[in-house]
Amino acid sequence: MNIYSVAYKNLLRKKTRSALTAGGIALSAWVLVTLLGFNRGYEQSLNRDIDNMGFQVLLTAKGCPYEAATLMLKGGTGLRYIKEGMVKTVTAYPEVERVTPMLMQGVFDPNKGENGAVAAYLGVDALTFPPMKRYLEFKEGGWFKDNNAREAVLGYEAAELEQREIGDKLLIPGINAEVRVAGVLKRSGTQDDGTIFLPMGTVQTLFSKKGQLTALGIKVKKDTDMDAFENRLYDLPDVQVVSLAQVKTTIMGLLSSAKVIVLALALIAVIIAMAGVINTILMSVLERYGEIGIIKSMGAMPRDVFKMIWTETALLCSVGGLTGILLSLATARLSEAAIRRFLPYTPHGALVVLDGRIAGFAFLMILAAGLLSGLYPAWRASRVRPLEAMRAESD
Amino acid sequence: MTRLISAKGLTKVYRRGNEDVWAVNGVDLEVQAGEMLAITGPSGSGKTTLLNMLGCLDNPTEGRLNVNGKDVFGDQKEMAETALTRIRRQLFGYIFQKFYLVPTLTVLENVQLPLIFYKNRAARKTPESLLSQLGVGHRIDHLPSELSGGEMQRVAIARALINEPKILLADEPTGNLDTRRSGEIKDIMRSLAQGGIAVVMVTHNQEMAHAANRIVEIRDGKIY
Repeated sequence: MNIYSVAYKNLLRKKTRSALTAGGIALSAWVLVTLLGFNRGYEQSLNRDIDNMGFQVLLTAKGCPYEAATLMLKGGTGLRYIKEGMVKTVTAYPEVERVTPMLMQGVFDPNKGENGAVAAYLGVDALTFPPMKRYLEFKEGGWFKDNNAREAVLGYEAAELEQREIGDKLLIPGINAEVRVAGVLKRSGTQDDGTIFLPMGTVQTLFSKKGQLTALGIKVKKDTDMDAFENRLYDLPDVQVVSLAQVKTTIMGLLSSAKVIVLALALIAVIIAMAGVINTILMSVLERYGEIGIIKSMGAMPRDVFKMIWTETALLCSVGGLTGILLSLATARLSEAAIRRFLPYTPHGALVVLDGRIAGFAFLMILAAGLLSGLYPAWRASRVRPLEAMRAESD
Repeated sequence: MTRLISAKGLTKVYRRGNEDVWAVNGVDLEVQAGEMLAITGPSGSGKTTLLNMLGCLDNPTEGRLNVNGKDVFGDQKEMAETALTRIRRQLFGYIFQKFYLVPTLTVLENVQLPLIFYKNRAARKTPESLLSQLGVGHRIDHLPSELSGGEMQRVAIARALINEPKILLADEPTGNLDTRRSGEIKDIMRSLAQGGIAVVMVTHNQEMAHAANRIVEIRDGKIY
């Protein structure tokens, strides 16, 4: 027998009270771990989404930069167009390594979802787009023959949704055009999974947008001064320049206020849990006043009693903290689904990323907060004078 | 015989409202090793207060107390709580009328409990052997709530003896027991004294008091 087993058995004395307190600690640990995991996961996924764009700068027709950002990240439909001739102009810049034109078009598909939805088609250049997206691999088939082929390449999820395989026909609703599926991509974990790619010329013809583009993706050479380059691009008429760094900063900025609120909630949860710990341990000390007195008469030093009560606090916090961490691991996907419902934009990939460091940090935080809460009850117990304690219990 | 406790002019005054209450008034007392001393007297006479002061559980207002050659109280000076704790754990064992067993620990664990805080390396008896000697060896895995009053007091005695103290202080050790159980506890106390331990007990039980080598009667805080 040691001081830990005595502390453990003391906690079992009032099982419901101990369980409720541990539950409160578990809840605060769950909030804390999930929040820390979200902080990491969101940023990682956003970075990956942006890296997987294949280009660092997006050039769109002049308009709202947030609309342009949405176009890039979520596949919205641009309402304004830039001239195709812009490709040559931009390619001529010495900082530019590669340029790829894009034309996004959307049509209402009554068969999509329960009440129909907009189906988006991304026209891309068969020559310049694939080299920018080297991470894309085909499950079957390959890219289009040429820019005017009546062909489509489906992202993994788009193929699943449309239930199409290579060689199948795909009807574009609204304009009643048919294209043949030339390739189906493997899952990439990016927005490309849900995209239907068509050759640039085909989209321009089918949607009567000859010579028009919605965006230019620009990959710049290494060591380019991005600010100077962006300023030079603004010399072009009627264009909006969106750098990926800008997009990331904007999104993270929008998210930071939400993070502050959630962090405050996590802090409140931890404070409530701490109050619960103080209450439980103090009650337990007062209920055992006489017993603590007899322990001191047996020869326990004040530090021994302090250690015993503090051990009870540490055990309670450890059980609660570990339960909360396991709970957050078990519910990470659920939390992620809930977050996706409430945030206007979420990147692809895992939003809540948990690892040993986060779990360890949260555990230490909870333990530290718990031990801090246990200071007063432990100090009070250590100050008990044997005789007074036994008298108090007799009374 | 070795003198273990020497009290001179031991006094305890409580303040109750505007009035001073002399619970113990100038008591001189010596206790020898192997002696069984019974302190008797009517309720409120100061027996327990005297016992608590002799056992270093309570500070006297005045007087001197020497335990095993060490001055514990005297000349208005008193030892620090830590030093008193050291004396308590090295020299004393305590048993009380209410037993004060820890309800969540088994019989064996209750007896092992003092060893967490202090272990007398010279002590030869294990908790199991002590419990067997006191006739509760078959109950070691039971919780206190599963024991009779007599068994609980035997466990409390085993706990008090685990570090082989020189002095055993008992406050109404048979107060909650029937006649038969009281007789058993009396026999245990007597055999402990015969083994060299100084046993000082406060009791109302005449049979218990008559088993002692010496009876001290206290009234109104004074020994008669």
